[in-house]
Amino acid sequence: MSSYLFVILGAVLVNNVVLVRILGLCPFMGVSKKLDAAMGMGAATTFVLTLGCGTSYLIDHYVLIPAGVEYLRTLAFIVIIAAIVQVTELVIQKTSPVMYQVLGIYLPLITTNCAVLGVPLLNVSLRHDLVESLLFGFGSSVGFSLALVLFAGIRERLDGADVPTPFKGTAIAMITGGLMSLAFMGFAGLDKYR
Amino acid sequence: MLTALLVMTAVALVLGALLGYASLKFKVEGDPLVEKIDAILPQTQCGQCGFPGCRPYATAIASGEADINQCPPGGEEGIRKLADLLGREFKSLSEEHGVEKPKSVAVIDENTCIGCTLCIQACPVDAIVGAAKQLHTVVAGECTGCELCIAPCPVDCIAMEPIVDTLDTWKWRYPVIQIKQAA
Amino acid sequence: MLRKLFKFHGGVKPQTHKTQSTTQPIARVPLPERLVIPLHQAVGGHPRPLVAPGDKVFKGQRIGGADGSLSSAVHASTSGIVRDVAPALMPHTSGLTTLSVVIEPDGEDRWGELDKVNYRTAPPDELRDFLRDAGVVGLGGAVFPSYAKLKPGKEGRLKTLVINGAECEPFITCDDLLMRERAADMLKGIVAMRHMLQAEEVLIGIEDNKPEAVAAVQAAIAASGQSGIQAVAIPTRYPAGGAKQLIRVLTGIEVPHGRRSTDFGVQCFNVGTAYSIFEALEFGRPLISRVVTVAGNVDQPRNYEVLIGTPMDHVVRQSGARPDTDRYIMGGPMMGVRLPAFDVPVVKATNCILVGSPALFPPPPPEMPCIRCGECAKACPADLAPFEMYWFSRSKNFGKAQEYHLFDCIECGCCSFVCPSHIPLVDYFRFSKSEIWARERDKSSADAARDRFEFKNFRQEREKQEKAEKLAAKAAATREKVAADSQAGTASPATEAPDTAKPAAPSAEDTKRALIAAAMEKARQQKAQIAPKNTEQLSAETQADIDAIEARRAATATPPTPDA
Repeated sequence: MSSYLFVILGAVLVNNVVLVRILGLCPFMGVSKKLDAAMGMGAATTFVLTLGCGTSYLIDHYVLIPAGVEYLRTLAFIVIIAAIVQVTELVIQKTSPVMYQVLGIYLPLITTNCAVLGVPLLNVSLRHDLVESLLFGFGSSVGFSLALVLFAGIRERLDGADVPTPFKGTAIAMITGGLMSLAFMGFAGLDKYR
Repeated sequence: MLTALLVMTAVALVLGALLGYASLKFKVEGDPLVEKIDAILPQTQCGQCGFPGCRPYATAIASGEADINQCPPGGEEGIRKLADLLGREFKSLSEEHGVEKPKSVAVIDENTCIGCTLCIQACPVDAIVGAAKQLHTVVAGECTGCELCIAPCPVDCIAMEPIVDTLDTWKWRYPVIQIKQAA
Repeated sequence: MLRKLFKFHGGVKPQTHKTQSTTQPIARVPLPERLVIPLHQAVGGHPRPLVAPGDKVFKGQRIGGADGSLSSAVHASTSGIVRDVAPALMPHTSGLTTLSVVIEPDGEDRWGELDKVNYRTAPPDELRDFLRDAGVVGLGGAVFPSYAKLKPGKEGRLKTLVINGAECEPFITCDDLLMRERAADMLKGIVAMRHMLQAEEVLIGIEDNKPEAVAAVQAAIAASGQSGIQAVAIPTRYPAGGAKQLIRVLTGIEVPHGRRSTDFGVQCFNVGTAYSIFEALEFGRPLISRVVTVAGNVDQPRNYEVLIGTPMDHVVRQSGARPDTDRYIMGGPMMGVRLPAFDVPVVKATNCILVGSPALFPPPPPEMPCIRCGECAKACPADLAPFEMYWFSRSKNFGKAQEYHLFDCIECGCCSFVCPSHIPLVDYFRFSKSEIWARERDKSSADAARDRFEFKNFRQEREKQEKAEKLAAKAAATREKVAADSQAGTASPATEAPDTAKPAAPSAEDTKRALIAAAMEKARQQKAQIAPKNTEQLSAETQADIDAIEARRAATATPPTPDA
């Protein structure tokens, strides 16, 4: 049981998908200007990623490996994730237009989001079983949401700060992201208590 | 090789079927993005963007036919809001569509007006009242300052007058940030 | 009798500077050369002018009529001649002008005939109308028309009527002096208000740094023999004179966000308002003067009874402004606004003319970055987080600023006062508020424009459709008529041969032909109806001419005999 906890905690904090593995940087930079948008993006990614991890595990184990075409993993995963994103988009558009508007064009961005592709691939290389895959996917996306929301909170305040002109805009955001990344790497110390 | 092709085709077919089903099941009427863009536009209905009114322009932006920098009355702030909404880069106002002007209202010179009703027909928001051979006048509160009534007037009796600040519209200025005290 | 008092959150204790101006009684200011009376002096609609240049006015004559549901009348402060009704500079930071009546006093200072009302028997509604026309507004600084506040809540009665004599701002002593000198009259005004509001109890809150005022009011209450009225000394702490803060201190009720004090059975009035209500009800005198403190950079700080419309420099001259004076501030140092000129008129909102100089109010030190020490939140009497509101106002993130309840800010200035980084927080809040209002105005006008545009399109479409329908209906009617005619024509053969399959309606070709025939017939009839005019009483010559023409026409127009 505790191994599952380690999978989640590890994915959320120690190996945070954005700040430690440095995956999914485009939404991290793009959707972090407003706190509400960041929360919506986090929720959508959590949904897509968890579902994507489960589906990709199933496809990998019951289609690709039996057929002996593991080398198609990347291709197959991209297609699966793209389809899931599309379905999610349609469902959200129907059920919650407000949410759809908040996410705007960032929803399709999940399709080409390297975090969303990277986590299922990591699942394979880490030899996770189905439950672990789901938990790892969920943990990673929670970590993603956490990083995104924290970053958006900082950036909303950054608007009012006296930033030197050359650093205004994306530059200071990059620096902030880097500092956050350094801070998150400190969670590696949790390893000691394993 | 064949297996690979078969596998991918099968996967693609299944997913395609799923998507097709979902797009039918969750079909949404109308485009909420147009509403959102329309809400940002200033609703002067001036047509300076090249579209007959704000809503057509919003539709054009949403479908990618028009750029976001074609609305002079919305000004820089409007473009910034559109850029924010659509996740595009900010652009400065396109010059061919006009320049940002202070808010104005049309005023009809009562001595020159001949009562031809041409401006009444041109006004997009019905802000001009009058009848044939009768003096026309602009309802200042409803005038959006679109200037569409100026061109049709045969006697050039319509002028734009900038809106003067009153106590109700006066704004406190942004406090000046002193970096260094003036020596 | 001791009351349990409550505390409000935050607040500051600035130096009061009140003793200088309380040494002498209230003085009158000699008539100035001209009075400039702005028509819009109170919250609400703009009163419309009732006089024209050249008119002679009496003291107390109404010159601006209340307009709209929330508005208050304006009166001539002295007798004289109206010289102008034109925009003039008003006492406001913006330096904007407003429609004002300029009166040249005739020196007689003669009252005109005044409306009177018997306030002991008149129904409250009548009293409210009377007070509206007497121009009585809140004299604490907010200038909200008093008649609109003199309505008891839904229950029809009020629990507590709070009278605000706290006067917490430094330098200002006009209410203090008023209470010391005119407590008995003020009390009569309070009794009238209590009657109108059906209030159970009346609490007069006075800061404990004004013991003379407390004593005077208590003595007046004792002398009047009224029960249920109490003068309460409250701890001196700025801003104890804020309505919500005073209510909190006296009753323990904290009016929450988005609610009014009347929801809790409490209403609050200033002592100066009580006095002017007394003047209006007892003598029928409208609000034409008020007590104004002149303090700051003057030789003789003092309180004056000033006619509304008197230029401020005229008032300040009585106290002797020092030569290094560089500005007037209306109000106190905490909430007052810097005025654009020295000769702006005293208005109903002017409780104090604070004369400033660089020595007295040195320019503020440069603004430093916010260090988020939280001192402002500790000092905020409205329980807000000014540093958050500041941050979002600064970055023009108005939505967020509003989320931190920007509009609950009373602009008391406590946060700016305590800020170690010398940030002019209130300026930021004022900027944000006016910016948000402007946006709301823009939005509502855009929405209105959209509606009107859509309606115009709809109307044009409808007109087009109606026109088309009309045409179609007309065509259909003609067709029907023709069809009926042809039916009538073919009726006899139809009866002769009932078994022959005859089409119910004539064929399209027939209809068309019939239509053309009908049109031609109509044209012919019209032509025939055109009779030459002026045919009577013709001279023989003209008649001959006409005959000749007619003959010629008949010759040419005779159609050849149809061969078919």
